[in-house]
Amino acid sequence: MSEGLVHLLQLLVSGVVTGGIYALVAMGFVVVYKATHVINFATGEFMMLGAFFAWTAMSALSAPFAVALVAALLASALLGMATERLVLRPLLGQRTISVIMVTIGLAAIFKGLAQIVWSGDYRSYPAIFPRAPIALGPLLLPSRQFYPFLIALAAIALVGLGFRFTRTGTAMRATADDQMAAFGMGIDIRRVFSLSWSLAAMTAAVAGVVVGIIGGISPQLGAIGLRTFPVVILGGLDSIGGALLGGVVIGVLENLAGGYVDPLLDGASLKEVVPFVVLVLTLMVRPYGLFGTREVERL
Amino acid sequence: MLIGNYKETYAADEAILRTPATRVWTVVALGAALAFPFLAGDYLLYLVNLMGVLAIGALGLNILIGFTGQISLGHAAFMGIGAYGTAILASRFGLPFWITIPAGGALACAGGMVVGVPSLRVKGLYLAIATLAAQVILEWVFTNWTSVTGGIRGINVAPASILGFPLDTDTRIYFLILGVAVLHFVLATNLRRSRWGRAFVAVRDRDVAAEIVGVNLFRTKILSFMVSSYYAGIAGGLWVYFTKVLTPENFPLSLSIQFLAIVIVGGLGSIPGTVYGTVFMTLVPEMLKAGTGLVRGVWPDAQSYLFPLRDVVFGLLIVVFLIFEPHGLAEVWNRVKRFFSLWPFAK
Repeated sequence: MSEGLVHLLQLLVSGVVTGGIYALVAMGFVVVYKATHVINFATGEFMMLGAFFAWTAMSALSAPFAVALVAALLASALLGMATERLVLRPLLGQRTISVIMVTIGLAAIFKGLAQIVWSGDYRSYPAIFPRAPIALGPLLLPSRQFYPFLIALAAIALVGLGFRFTRTGTAMRATADDQMAAFGMGIDIRRVFSLSWSLAAMTAAVAGVVVGIIGGISPQLGAIGLRTFPVVILGGLDSIGGALLGGVVIGVLENLAGGYVDPLLDGASLKEVVPFVVLVLTLMVRPYGLFGTREVERL
Repeated sequence: MLIGNYKETYAADEAILRTPATRVWTVVALGAALAFPFLAGDYLLYLVNLMGVLAIGALGLNILIGFTGQISLGHAAFMGIGAYGTAILASRFGLPFWITIPAGGALACAGGMVVGVPSLRVKGLYLAIATLAAQVILEWVFTNWTSVTGGIRGINVAPASILGFPLDTDTRIYFLILGVAVLHFVLATNLRRSRWGRAFVAVRDRDVAAEIVGVNLFRTKILSFMVSSYYAGIAGGLWVYFTKVLTPENFPLSLSIQFLAIVIVGGLGSIPGTVYGTVFMTLVPEMLKAGTGLVRGVWPDAQSYLFPLRDVVFGLLIVVFLIFEPHGLAEVWNRVKRFFSLWPFAK
């Protein structure tokens, strides 16, 4: 294979890996948005806390990775529930700006607390996976990208299938579809809200662990949450399939821009803004995204 | 409830300073503001200058959010547009501040018009995200368009001067900031009772109903974005003359969030609330700093927790105000006033 082709494939593969992680984070947004029509600006911070929970379990309690992951999931689920109950529920039905701002406030609180508890230092998980890189034909994928990517895929599949086939998942979809009707059919809406937030927090925790394995953990880890907005908007705010596709598209575009355009620019990095340019274009052409529900409303 | 405060003409009813007490207090406040720099210490003066600049920017955001009900997460970026406009005109063309600051405002205003266009297609959450994108993209432009913005090295600007008299100290720039701030607060107060101001509020309360009574939604929303960005641009221009050096990291997303917090804590849609919010949100971190300084004797590590603690308190303020005091400090102030004017007849 020619060198150029290998370069392209390498970019595509790392784009798909990045995209898989974006998709997982985006899933956290979508779950909450579907049920409660809230965009959670603290998703990145939920990720960061999840990563720290797992890290604490592994380093302080020397738990094996699987146990640590489960512990982090449980802790995040509780945190998600508490957040919904204490902060979001009192604001039910308030103006959009209030709901957005409250999650931004939460993000600041979580970030500050994490810095107080765990300090601002960079940390990394103890070695979890075999070190040998994975060979895909002519391409080499570092093991610390390959295995986390598998975890991300598994989590996406699990959430997607759960949404589709379990009783609770059906209740969540029904609530998203028509709150009144769902309520009338005996679905406990408050429980659905609470479960959605804990599910979103758990998804974020897995994403946090994945990102933590790839790039290390610090209170700044949540910054990636911001970069997933283009993903959810492109895919459609209330579409899980959209989150998946949007994640991969944005991840690949980002890597292509980074690989082909950035070397031509003098020091500037197009990679940083490409997702947001896509976001603006999406909003102009098709605001509800590729698979989002088209809402007819007066503007 | 004021007693004996009759209005016999429409003009009296629409006046800004409606009671003798407000008139007296306004004069007292202006007098105090003029005397302030000669009485205050350097650091306090610096803080007040900072508050003045932030208050103008926050007022712009309050016009957009509080009056018109649109959302912007990119306010700091518009401040950046104004700041760069001002700095480039001043440093490359040597124009005086009374041209460069309004020009910066106009440039930001044009930027606001462009970003306001998506508000035709999207609202609410989507608009928030569109403006977030504007913030990220503009920040990127400030950093990477090196031939114009100077990149991360930034731009140095000579102090503003009036007829050869340089405004190079904090005391001197204070009067420029005070003048511009007073002018723009009066402007906003007048805007609110004008035809356009009422159109803004109508759009916020019920856009469909507003359109039916003849408010052109498109023009009103765009105008609101333009006015809001103009205020941000003016704040940016003053910022340039205040700090005299301009770098891209002056206008991060966190500043946009700071503006939002000021507006929410101060009171959505309240002009005096904007001032209370600015003062409060600027003083809280200072008090935390003083607090950690006080406990240093018993707890030497306190200093290292200052920054994270600031984040926590900042977030807590936003959350607590939204849940327990959604109308902000302006409403708290009104309650206090009411308590004293009715005392001892009611609680």
